[in-house]
Amino acid sequence: MQKNILIIGAGGAGLTSALSACEAGAKVKVITKEYPTRSQTCMAQGGINASLGNAGEDSVESHIKNTLKSAHFLADKKMVKFLCEQAPDAINYLDSIGVCFSRTKEEKIAQRTLGGASAPRACYAQDYTGLKILHTLYDRCLAEENIEILSERYLLDFILDEDAINGAKVLNIRTGDIETYKASAVIVATGGYARLYDKHSTNSKSSTGDGVATALRAGVKLSNMEFIQFHPTALKNSAILISESARGAGGHLLNSKGDRFVDELLPRDKVARAIDEQIKKGEDVFLDIRHLGEKFIDEELPQERKLAKLYENVDPVSDLIPIKPVAHYTMGGIAVDANSQTNIKGLFAVGECANHNVHGANRLGGNSLLELIVFGREVGKYATANAKEVDAHVEIQTLEREVKKPEINFYEIKKELGDLFYNLVGIVRDADGLEEALKTVQNYILLLPKMGAEDDSKIHNTNYVEFLEFKNTLTLAEVILDSALFREESRGAHFRSDFQEENKKFEKDTIIDKGGIL
Amino acid sequence: MKIKIKREIFVEYEVDLEDATLLEVLNHIKTTQDATLTFASGCRSSVCGSCSMRVNGREVLACSYKVQDGDEVMPLKNIPIIRDLVVDMDKSYTFNKLSKAWLNPNDETISISQEDEKRNEVQSDCILCGSCYSACPVYAVNGEFKGPFSLTRVFKYVADKRETNEKEKIDAIQTNGIWDCTLCNECTMVCPQDISSKADIEKLRMKSSVYGYMDPNFASFGGGLSF
Repeated sequence: MQKNILIIGAGGAGLTSALSACEAGAKVKVITKEYPTRSQTCMAQGGINASLGNAGEDSVESHIKNTLKSAHFLADKKMVKFLCEQAPDAINYLDSIGVCFSRTKEEKIAQRTLGGASAPRACYAQDYTGLKILHTLYDRCLAEENIEILSERYLLDFILDEDAINGAKVLNIRTGDIETYKASAVIVATGGYARLYDKHSTNSKSSTGDGVATALRAGVKLSNMEFIQFHPTALKNSAILISESARGAGGHLLNSKGDRFVDELLPRDKVARAIDEQIKKGEDVFLDIRHLGEKFIDEELPQERKLAKLYENVDPVSDLIPIKPVAHYTMGGIAVDANSQTNIKGLFAVGECANHNVHGANRLGGNSLLELIVFGREVGKYATANAKEVDAHVEIQTLEREVKKPEINFYEIKKELGDLFYNLVGIVRDADGLEEALKTVQNYILLLPKMGAEDDSKIHNTNYVEFLEFKNTLTLAEVILDSALFREESRGAHFRSDFQEENKKFEKDTIIDKGGIL
Repeated sequence: MKIKIKREIFVEYEVDLEDATLLEVLNHIKTTQDATLTFASGCRSSVCGSCSMRVNGREVLACSYKVQDGDEVMPLKNIPIIRDLVVDMDKSYTFNKLSKAWLNPNDETISISQEDEKRNEVQSDCILCGSCYSACPVYAVNGEFKGPFSLTRVFKYVADKRETNEKEKIDAIQTNGIWDCTLCNECTMVCPQDISSKADIEKLRMKSSVYGYMDPNFASFGGGLSF
């Protein structure tokens, strides 16, 4: 028998973990609710940080310093040091497996400046950085006989044996059957929960925090759930991301009067707040990259040009791009130690669903792709070393589901929840708003029995899966609100208008489990 | 505005949305009119490859196609339908494995120039949406044909200076591979990422001849002439 590792999620974090677990000698099963190459990672555009100094002087120390500054004292210095020190090696690894990074004239990996960085540090592949990293990882997985990827499987629950993990229960979306996968080591790599903000998020429709909510139900501790990053520049109508590299390259933010109102290269929380202030004053806000020229835009920002034309009917080469800040990344998540281990033995978490304490109160652009690779490579090794040899047979049961006509259309509540969070749990928060949101969310939870899937099909029932996703976001909504109310201060992405200063008392993680704040 | 969607039969829906993408229209129908309508979607910005389908017979990504009154929406062709507009991509994905479409890591650091980078930049834009399999007349009659996106992916790695075992890949695509393609160019016409698998296949044929492979059609044709 071989050591078996089960990985939930097949984005950058899941696939990197799979490759490293396989290298460490494990037999790996990866399940994903989509297909591996469709994960959120494919949407990352800006880049992946490493202080290579290929485009200007840089050092690991500067990378650490910038990351800690943006984290507002909430990050763990040791973890940040590890992340930044490992970064050049992570890039070498990606280069060695064939990621098509853009290059400089000197035949080095090209780097560009993102917000909050003191040097051009983000390695990129045009504006398809995440896509090319994800596909390359996937291709490498295909070369490994010991990695099996199963698509369209949705995580339902973790199975515990006393206080240790023993596997996971999964819905096979295609057949409607429930499958039970046994494993003594399970790595959760299911991504973030920013899609809770519904249409006010840059994220894929799948970023619904399934792993985080499922972990919470199993008794896992979460941390810093209130820290949600708003990306300053998403297209106004569709919330589609315009990469930070547009500002890094010299793009300007303008209000309706055509005036610049903020240093565009400040960290994301500050730029987002400055824009939010303008919008609340009744201004429209635009990103102006016209002066960068058509050649540059086509070389470096081709996706952005295409998407602005499609969704806003503007051409960035000749027009201003209407933008607004929207939910983009969730710093909080499953609380893990330096080995990515949760408080349940054998249950690990990595990627956006986890909180490795490297982003603190605000993540730097270019550090999220880095985190996936650095900690993905570590957790695969560590989980394998600590896994037991178990019989990895799969049990299949038929899903018995009571189907009745729902009285309330949950899609409407899902939309309302997104609007509610954008308005009251967004860029600027206060106690009244948070209390109101909490009351509304608790009411939604009471109404859950009146909601449900209308579709009774066993085969590929996306209506049912979307309802399960909605229930997960609702679970997390309550946890986020409890955490945001508890933190009576402003720090990084969590800005309270009723407590506008940082308070030393809160210079620590907000830890929460299903019983409440700990 | 009315559109027809191919489910078990064509079903007509009426929606009041202007200047909307097909994905927005499908979401609107699912969330307000008919929760059973089944389709796949993800990023809504043309990079995840989930929402490929056909409109009036033509392959599109639903998130980048603006709906017109009277449009007929159908699932991809040549790929097993699971339900409504959702198809099972597993088999198409398997061709990447059969074709050994990956990089064999190199111990040394190989220097890549901007020129080298351009050799497979477009090929590495592929999002595996499967539009090319739907449009491919060869795949329509030969379900074992390795098909456009996997052959493009092979080219991507063969063209990469960092690849150490080019021959392994060239060997893998001789049967049900590059020689089965008729160079009809349908795959190029429907690719949302402007990739030409046809051109990549032609380049792979040239590479193959370097390794001593010949067009089997031509070989048997030549050998069979007896006048």
